Amino acid sequence: MEKIRVENLTKIFGKHPQKALEELEKGKKRDEILKETHHTVGIGNVSFSVHEGETFVIMGLSGSGKSTLIRCLNLLNKPTAGKIFVDDENILDYDKKALRQFRQTKIAMVFQHFGLFSHRSVLENVEFGLEIKKMDKEERVTKSLEMLKAVGLEGWEYHKVSALSGGMKQRVGLARALANEPEIILMDEPFSALDPLIRRDMHTELLDLQAKLKKTIIFITHDVNEAFKLGDRIAVLKDGEMVQIGTPEEILDNPADEYITNFIEDIDRSRVLRAENIMRKRSLKIGKNTAAKIALEILNDSDYEHGFITDRHDNRILGVVDADDLLLAIKGKLPIAEVMHTDFVSVSEDAYVKEVLEIAAATKYPVAVVNGEGEYVGRIQRAALLKALV
Amino acid sequence: MNEFPEIFELNAGDYVETFVKWLTTDHMAVFDSIRDGILAFLLRMQSIISFIPWFVIIGIVFIAGWRLKGVRSGLFYTLMLLTIGLLGYWNDTLLTISIVLTAVIISLVIGIPFGILSANYKRMDNIVRPVLDAMQTMPSFVYLIPAIMLFGLGMVPAVFATTIYALPPVIRLTTLAINSVSKEMIEAAESFGPTPWQALLKVELPQAMPTIMAGVNQTTMMAMAMVVVSSMIGAKGLGYSVLIAINRTDIAMGFDAGISIVFLAIIIDRLTQSIGDKFRHDE
Ligand SMILES: Nc1ncnc2c1ncn2[C@@H]1O[C@H](COP(=O)(O)OP(=O)(O)OP(=O)(O)O)[C@@H](O)[C@H]1O
Ligand SMILES: [Mg+2]
Repeated sequence: MEKIRVENLTKIFGKHPQKALEELEKGKKRDEILKETHHTVGIGNVSFSVHEGETFVIMGLSGSGKSTLIRCLNLLNKPTAGKIFVDDENILDYDKKALRQFRQTKIAMVFQHFGLFSHRSVLENVEFGLEIKKMDKEERVTKSLEMLKAVGLEGWEYHKVSALSGGMKQRVGLARALANEPEIILMDEPFSALDPLIRRDMHTELLDLQAKLKKTIIFITHDVNEAFKLGDRIAVLKDGEMVQIGTPEEILDNPADEYITNFIEDIDRSRVLRAENIMRKRSLKIGKNTAAKIALEILNDSDYEHGFITDRHDNRILGVVDADDLLLAIKGKLPIAEVMHTDFVSVSEDAYVKEVLEIAAATKYPVAVVNGEGEYVGRIQRAALLKALV
Repeated sequence: MNEFPEIFELNAGDYVETFVKWLTTDHMAVFDSIRDGILAFLLRMQSIISFIPWFVIIGIVFIAGWRLKGVRSGLFYTLMLLTIGLLGYWNDTLLTISIVLTAVIISLVIGIPFGILSANYKRMDNIVRPVLDAMQTMPSFVYLIPAIMLFGLGMVPAVFATTIYALPPVIRLTTLAINSVSKEMIEAAESFGPTPWQALLKVELPQAMPTIMAGVNQTTMMAMAMVVVSSMIGAKGLGYSVLIAINRTDIAMGFDAGISIVFLAIIIDRLTQSIGDKFRHDE
């Protein structure tokens, strides 16, 4: 279901944004507008929608308008033109009161530099949003303690925030946002101020939390690996315009332009692609009762060296054979089951290529791919593995 | 040729006089009620302060000094207060404190909201700022003139002049304090949908507090600096004793009263400063 729909959103910084907007609508580019009118087009004509419960990552280089865009979604930035629908209500039509209501109940934000209140304790920081909602003391303390526990900050409740490390500070930021029970969470480069190891922990933490909570998350990053790791879908911003939106796989497979190609060059594909993305679907399988001679013909007819032997009824993999095995069976008039090798390996279709790589190194056969029920769905040739990684 | 031609004369003073006359005759009631208000407040303050036994006051100052700064400071302040008492200026000191305190409280009540408004409304700041600049470059006794014109002689004009003189720092530093609250912190607060009051009370003011307290300290010190000057128009207390000593060229009396003022100023300065430090929170 659609949670947020953004239509032709434009934000121009400067004294007379409307004038610059006219220029933009005439088709002028960001650079020209900056040179001629001294107005910065933060974002220009951006449209997209975000589904309920998905993690929508927006990535782009510094200055591409990521923060401008995400800050429009809770109106910390007032858009110059366009519409933002949340649950089919245009939030730009809200008056002050409705906007406060919207921020109190529907949407929360996590900030790059945490944005914690230094005059408040860890617990009081988490309480803040509930305090604004006028929840009574006892209830909000209970809830905040619960939230702090959920992000692993038990025992730190009464410390000053200045006593915390960066990673812990951002956990407080996250707990503060979650305590409000928003439907949407905006995260503007929440982990970029953290060092890489801590960042990895936070990723795991966020993925775990999200698996439970299923919030709609808009996540900003300039780190491609982070984007592909966390994002259900990814949008790429360039010079204030959206150049591509898609699932990680779609973007990897069909980068819309050179900008994105460059962007994904340094991504570690093995952590993004899954077995199902690189396997050959339903490729060459041989029933266990097939005559060896026919099996050999099938095998020779394909461009594979190996064939997987499956059970016709439940589609499970029993073994693997090559042409020599089959010749042996023909000569000795043996059923295939007698000559097949059972020391093949299989992976689940949603395993990351990284895992497949480790497994593939230990076998001389192609890797079989199975689905959740254990049925044969495809295979991964070692050549395909290499290709996926370049 | 070197003379400025007399035909072009500007009688600014006349206009001001006319203005003040208009104010005080046509709006007599307003000034009367201001006078009554200030006087009532001042008398209340005086009766409270003089009601407290001397040793209790010294005890409070000792404890405050000890808690806020350390035992040595506490003892130091105690010693200074005892000296004032031994010199025979205890009652004058209490009088001075009540005048200064009254003026400071009025300054804060006016100055802090003013400073907050200036921080939020650029246009207001554009007007207030040059006025404050002018006020701070003016010699202190200039404030005696409007005070006398509006309220005659006595305690009330003294408090009035002191208030006006002490007002600028607290306004200035409140504005500065609010303006320099971290932008991300304000946005973080904003993102939870507070009313302007909630944002002010829960985030902006607590964050601004250390700087505002620096303003309170400066305002208090300015008020102390007016003690002698304001005694020229009728403020009793330590300043009046100094004034008499000057008139009589009585060096001994001048020294005793003068040193009492200095001691009092030191104690007030240190204490308000360390109260300010208590509000400081590290990032
Ligand atoms: N308040 C503002 N006033 C004027 N220009 C602004 C303002 N905020 C952003 N900009 C400009 O808008 C453009 C986009 O900025 P934005 O902060 O959205 O980029 P970003 O993608 O978030 O970059 P970063 O990765 O550095 O955070 C930049 O050119 C920036 O200078
Ligand atoms: Mg940014």
